This record gives sequence, structure tokens and C-alpha cells, in this order.
Amino acid sequence: MNRYSADPASVRGLVRPDCIHRDVYLDPEVFDLEMERLWRNAWIYVGHDSQVPNPGDFYSAQIGREPVIMVRGTDTKVRVLPNRCSHKGTKLVSATQGHCQAGLLRCPYHGWTYRLDGTLRSVPMKSGYEGVQEPLRGLTELNSFNYRGFVFVRLAHEGLGFQEFFGDSLTSIDNMVDRSPEGRLEVAGPPLRYLHDCNWKMYVENLNDAMHPMVAHESSAGTAKRLWNSAPPGTPKPMVIEQFTPFVNDYEFFEKMGVKVYPHGHSYTGVNFSIHSSYSSVGEYEKRMVAAYGEERARAILSEARHNTVYYPSLTIKGAIQTIRVARPLAVDKTLIESWTFRLVGAPDEILARSATYSRLINAPTSMVGHDDLHCYRAIQEGLASASSNWVSLHRNFTPTESAGITGTFGATNEAPMRGQYRAWAELMTQVEIPPA
Amino acid sequence: MSAQSAIDLVYYEARLIDEKRFDEWYELFTDDALYWMPLSRDQPIGETYTSLLYEDKLLLKVRIERLRHPNAFSQHQPSFSQHVLQQPALESNDPASGRCVIRTPFIYVETKRDTQLMLAGVAFHHVASTPGGWKIHMKKVELLNRDAALPSIELLI
Repeated sequence: MNRYSADPASVRGLVRPDCIHRDVYLDPEVFDLEMERLWRNAWIYVGHDSQVPNPGDFYSAQIGREPVIMVRGTDTKVRVLPNRCSHKGTKLVSATQGHCQAGLLRCPYHGWTYRLDGTLRSVPMKSGYEGVQEPLRGLTELNSFNYRGFVFVRLAHEGLGFQEFFGDSLTSIDNMVDRSPEGRLEVAGPPLRYLHDCNWKMYVENLNDAMHPMVAHESSAGTAKRLWNSAPPGTPKPMVIEQFTPFVNDYEFFEKMGVKVYPHGHSYTGVNFSIHSSYSSVGEYEKRMVAAYGEERARAILSEARHNTVYYPSLTIKGAIQTIRVARPLAVDKTLIESWTFRLVGAPDEILARSATYSRLINAPTSMVGHDDLHCYRAIQEGLASASSNWVSLHRNFTPTESAGITGTFGATNEAPMRGQYRAWAELMTQVEIPPA
Repeated sequence: MSAQSAIDLVYYEARLIDEKRFDEWYELFTDDALYWMPLSRDQPIGETYTSLLYEDKLLLKVRIERLRHPNAFSQHQPSFSQHVLQQPALESNDPASGRCVIRTPFIYVETKRDTQLMLAGVAFHHVASTPGGWKIHMKKVELLNRDAALPSIELLI
């Protein structure tokens, strides 16, 4: 059809101030353009540097459509390299994670080797390449940024710098890291990997959608709440009940929680409090926090209980419970969601158990909560095939003055974060990349 | 009680799930039972590790009550399951404590209208002798592809 690929600027017409065209979720050409533009122009989360603790350790991932390697060099710096031999294009590593033997990446096909900074070290029978016009090349290191352990990459050669792109939204990562008495996080185990048969944007939008929990999760969280209410008086409140029941709090709760919206599509819910605010305290943990930071600073760190922070487009984090969810788009109607659990280094095991329990209850392919969320995304994917209207509403609390920019703090049921995401979407989709030399 | 009757319990348990007789199924478990699906290979037991499932009887109750909740939207088009069990084998037996472990390789099929999911794995039933007969105090399900990107698994394996 070439509706969009022949004229990429035409995708701007898919975004209006208060609604979006259904093709953003449905059209394979739009998805192709997202992979070529948005997922190359934005800073995308690769992994956490605790996944590669020692020189030579690597972790491989797919960013948009591109295979990359996150590797720790002999100088201990974490770099992101293309996972593609500069000879025939073979993927250099096929394991998800591992260790490079002898400090080298070695191609499994013809044995070209690269140092961990990407430079070419050796080529077998090098004598046969004399006189070639193109010099034999190493791997070109990608633009990456390690922010307090969180490693991001921007595949495009030109574009916004890391700090400029994320701005003050990085305070959510700060709070997550500061919750460790030692100021350090470690990935705890492999991720939950949940395949979603829907467009990636539905998932990302839902993370700051405060109007759905009491509806979509009535059957799971509502049932947990009802069963708990019939427990004999004096029964100690289980952790799972603490985690489940706030999902069915009323609209007023979710509205007053507040949402903060930043430029470039980023936002977080839970400015004032969140569903994580009323978890019972763990005395030993608080003691260690006070010892590490002093009373006042420790209180300040622990009183932030942000709900979901969206680092548009790929990463969403829950600093208060130390879990993150990473969106990996696979096709226009297929998205892999990887949920990682983190350990606060220096915190007692109860805190890790709370994080692992939350991940499992909410993010696993077996999650009662996840089933109903995914059902709704899938229902959108199928429902939008109806041509009864081309437009999808983002109207809630829209004001025309937003045209100057959507930033600031709002009631959390405001759809400003979604409108901000699509403003960023249109920008990132129409920035033209300068092709590499 | 004979080990054979513990093996019979494994077949019966799978049948109750497939026939959606969840209240009867729930009664097969001891009050302190755990239903565990680890996420990693060789994963130690415990809540400090992320699991696919790690549920006590309270959570199992939430799960089966949710399945018949009128607003369990993902089940408006209902799922159905079929277990195909290999002969369960006695893995360990301790008559003194009245406990044994039964190991059962299986294939599990879950359908919803036009989609069908097929999973394989090994189930370990830790059963205890009680005045009411054998009861399950731990069911551990090791999915073969527990590291894979999985779609929704909506019923009980």
C-alpha cells in the first residue's frame, strides 16, 4: 500500500492533540517505520550493569530489530556493540548471557576476533586481504549511557542526548537506587517473559492509566479483598493481600495519587502516594537505611512511593517495589514484556521477597491480574478493526492550552501522559536520521 | 495407605482440573500447601526467587474464585485444559513420616476457542498421609520451557 512508507511525514497526521488514528496500533507499515525511526531515535533500555559484573561478561538483547551485545570491557566500562560480525554479518554471540573467553568476542563462522571495546584484533589468513579498498573494520560502538546501572542505547547517530531526553524523570531511577542502603541494585534472577498479542503502545500507555484497575482487576484484586474481609479477626495480613487490594481502590484514590508528565513521552503516576504506600514496614530495613543515610534523608527516600514511571518508549519502572518492565516490540500485534526483579544491595531478604512476590502476582504469564490486562489490550487490537471510527480517544481532561507543551503535575486519571507519549511519538517518527558513512 | 493410592491421587487431581471441579480440587491440598512453578532451572524454594507461581491456599482460593467471577473478562471466552500424564512414579517414600514424592512427566494442553497452547513438563507431588487420606502439601511443576516467552496460561497445570 505504501501509504506511510512512501511519505513518512504523513504519520504526523495520525496524531491529533486529543486523539490518535487507529493505524498507530494496526498498520504494519507504521510498525516498520517505528522500528526504523522511533526505536532508533529514542534512548532504549538494554539491561542493567549488574548482569555483566565482571570484565568479559556479556548480555545480548534486541533493540527494535537490531541485535546488540552489552559487554563489560577489560577497563570495566560497559559498552553496547552491534551483535554482528563485520565480515559476513554473523551474530557473534547467540546466548542471552555469558562470558567471552580470553577477553575476546570470536565469530563462530570464520573466527574473526574483536576486543571487548569492539576493535578488531585478528583475522585468520590476513594476507589474503591485501589491497582491498575497504579497510577491515571492527565493531562500531553504539551510543550508550549507563545511568546508575541502567544501560540505554540510542542507535541513531544523531539525536537528543541522554540527559536531555530523560531530564528530571531520572529522579525515579534515583529513588529506586537510593532505596539500597549501599546505593546499588542487582538484578535478582531471570526475567518473567510474557508474550502479549497486542501492539506495544497499549502496554506502555496502560502503565499510567489510572482509570482501569478498579474495572479490569475487579475479578482478581476484588476477590482477594473480599476473601480477606471474611478472614477471622486478628489474622495477620499476608503480603499478597497488601499487594492485591489497592488495585480496587476507588477513583478518588487514583485521581489524588497524581501524575507528573515530562517532555519526550516520560511520566510517572504516584506523585503524592500510590498503591505501594501502605505496605507494612520492615524494621530491620529501615534501621539500615537510617544508618546509611541519616534519619531525615532515609525518611525522604522511603516516603517517595511512585507507582509506574514510563521511560518512553521501552522501559517502565516501579522504584518503590524494585521491579521493572521492559517492552520489546516483535510485530505490530506482538510484544514481549520482560519483568525483572531487583535486589536492593544491603537490604534484608524480606524486601527482595516483596519484590519477587509482586513481580509474580502481577507480571507472570500465569498472573490473574495480567490475564485481564492482556485481555483488554487484545480486545482493543481486535475492536479497532472496526472502521466505525478511525480515531481513538485520549480526551480525558484535555485542554487546548496543551498545544504549548504537556508538562507538569495533574490528577492521575488525566490522560495527559498518553497525549505526551504521542507528541513524542510524532517527533521521534519524523526525525530523519543522518545515515552512517 | 499404599503408594499406589498416592499415585491414584495424581491422576485424580489432573482430572478434577480438566473437569473444572475446582472446589473438590482445592480440598486435595493440606492447609499449609504450596503450589509452585519455578522460573529457573535448579531454582531453590523460597519467596526471594521469582517464580511463575508460588501460591498458598489463600491465593489458590482467589484464583479459583476469580475463574467464576462474572467480570473475569479473560474468561468470558472460556479456557479448557487437558492433562496427558505419563505413568507417575514414586520418587521417594518415607513411611515413618507418612510422606512420599511422586514424579509425573506430562503434556498439558490449554485451549480458548481457536487458540491452543501446548506445554510439557514434570510435576512433583509431595503428598502427606492424613486422617482424610493422602493430601498434597506441595505440588511443584517444572515447565520444560519455563524460560520461554509464554502467552497467558489461564488455568492450572
